[in-house]
Amino acid sequence: MKINAERLASGLLSVVAFSALASLLLIALFIFREGLPFMLKIGLCDFLFSPVWNPAVGQFGIAAMIVASLGVTLGAMLIGVPLGIAGAIFMNEFLPVPVTRVIKPAIELLAGIPSVVFGFLGVMVLAPLIRAHLGGPGLSFLAAAVILGIMILPTIISISTDALAAVPPAYREGALALGATRWQSVYRVTIKAARSGILASLILAMGRALGETMAVIMVAGNTVKIPRAVTDPVRTLTANIALEMSNATGMAREALFATGVVLFVVIMILNGVALSVIKGRGDRR
Amino acid sequence: MSTGRAVHNYRMQTNALHLRFSFFCFPFLRSLLAAFLAAGLVAGCGRPRESLTLAGSTAFQPFAEKLADEYMNRNPGVVVTIQGGGSALGIQSALSGTAQIGMADLVKLPPEADGLRHVIVARDGIAVVVHPDNPVTNLTLVQVRGLFSGTLRNWREVGGADHAVAVVSREAGSGTRSSFEEIVGGVDLSGDALIQDSNGAIRETVANDAHAVGYLSHGLVNSRIKLVTIDGASGTEADILAGRYALVRPIFLVHRDTLSPAGKAFLDYLLSPPAQAMLAASGLIRAK
Repeated sequence: MKINAERLASGLLSVVAFSALASLLLIALFIFREGLPFMLKIGLCDFLFSPVWNPAVGQFGIAAMIVASLGVTLGAMLIGVPLGIAGAIFMNEFLPVPVTRVIKPAIELLAGIPSVVFGFLGVMVLAPLIRAHLGGPGLSFLAAAVILGIMILPTIISISTDALAAVPPAYREGALALGATRWQSVYRVTIKAARSGILASLILAMGRALGETMAVIMVAGNTVKIPRAVTDPVRTLTANIALEMSNATGMAREALFATGVVLFVVIMILNGVALSVIKGRGDRR
Repeated sequence: MSTGRAVHNYRMQTNALHLRFSFFCFPFLRSLLAAFLAAGLVAGCGRPRESLTLAGSTAFQPFAEKLADEYMNRNPGVVVTIQGGGSALGIQSALSGTAQIGMADLVKLPPEADGLRHVIVARDGIAVVVHPDNPVTNLTLVQVRGLFSGTLRNWREVGGADHAVAVVSREAGSGTRSSFEEIVGGVDLSGDALIQDSNGAIRETVANDAHAVGYLSHGLVNSRIKLVTIDGASGTEADILAGRYALVRPIFLVHRDTLSPAGKAFLDYLLSPPAQAMLAASGLIRAK
């Protein structure tokens, strides 16, 4: 009886585990089936490298959006990563535990704030500030990068904090006993020991930045054009799909699926690169 | 030693978290389930009702919902469902029969709607709007074309302050955008234009940017933005009925030849004087 129950449980759990994989496969299959024929029809090069997007006259180039997606994600990481990692180190290594107990849930609450609220904040506060001080229309590359940078903070902070907390205290104690200062022990020992967790938080954060749609639509201005300045408006791949989906028919609809294919591939490439970086570092140790 | 305690504390914390979650979630879920079941019972026990679906134009959707509520109050035997999805979807669903009646706000119906019957239920003006602080009060249709095509790039060129124009438009495929571009004529939307995906988002953008110009459904203009007269006409019902205001498009209802009696009755209601008066009161222009 007991063994059967065990088997049942493990069987059920594996079904559940594989259902996640199955849904990933189904999603991939579906968007590729809808999007790939279109890409081959109009030519992969025209689709990927032309910056002109005008579905009404049959011009489907998404180069400007690829640039925008990658650029905005990079911008968000430049803002979010230093702040996030510094925050995690500060919380875990320097703040007294009672204070951390208050701050950590607060930061995790930040992760629960819906993206539309961040977008609203961007439209109401950030865009007018950018317009007043830096010029341009306010809704811009910079606004999107800053908002996304804030949005990825909780992901980075909470996962990195967990990784840092999981480092055995003996490591720190050993470093201190050898005469290292507190900062030296953090910088040379704790961070290195928690490296894979911290990198995992960065991968998740990057995925979130690249995939975020609602907040970006609200603050980025959505102009299909390769930006020349950070105050220029941009349209990301995700924004393109969400913006035009409701009205698109025929070729325009297929083009949106093809946009989805590109997004999928971009995310796979970025995740692959990030994972191989982690692995490479791990081997060198 | 201390490692062990730390891990232990951590487990305690997560356990406490789980307990708290289940404490909050389960009663809530249960009552939600109960509410659903109750709703199902109530709905299931009533007399069989006739149902009718309208789908399409998001511009007409709120008005149609209002009228459908009113109609259902008067005729408890009919359930009218209003769905959005856009004008193109409205025509498609009328063709396929997913919706008995399709709604489309377009200057003229596309060729695929040839097999359908159509009736104009109302007209909707498109207002060109700017920030309330903008000194520009009137534009000619030619100036509107120039602003949106990106050939007039500074407000100075149309009598405003010396500042670059921020053009705000709708996404490709939007019924409002295609109507606007077709009526204004020869608009090749400026590559620098900001794109927003709803009337509301256009209104927010223009209300927040002192140098923006956008367009939206006439009924949705409020005090946060300023309507610009076009060739001297402000797009009131009188202007439009007299033909003084060019930026107006019809809202079509399309259906197949074989429309159910319930569908016909609802169409008749939409065209009846009280319904038309309600539409006019909420900012649309009467069909006749």
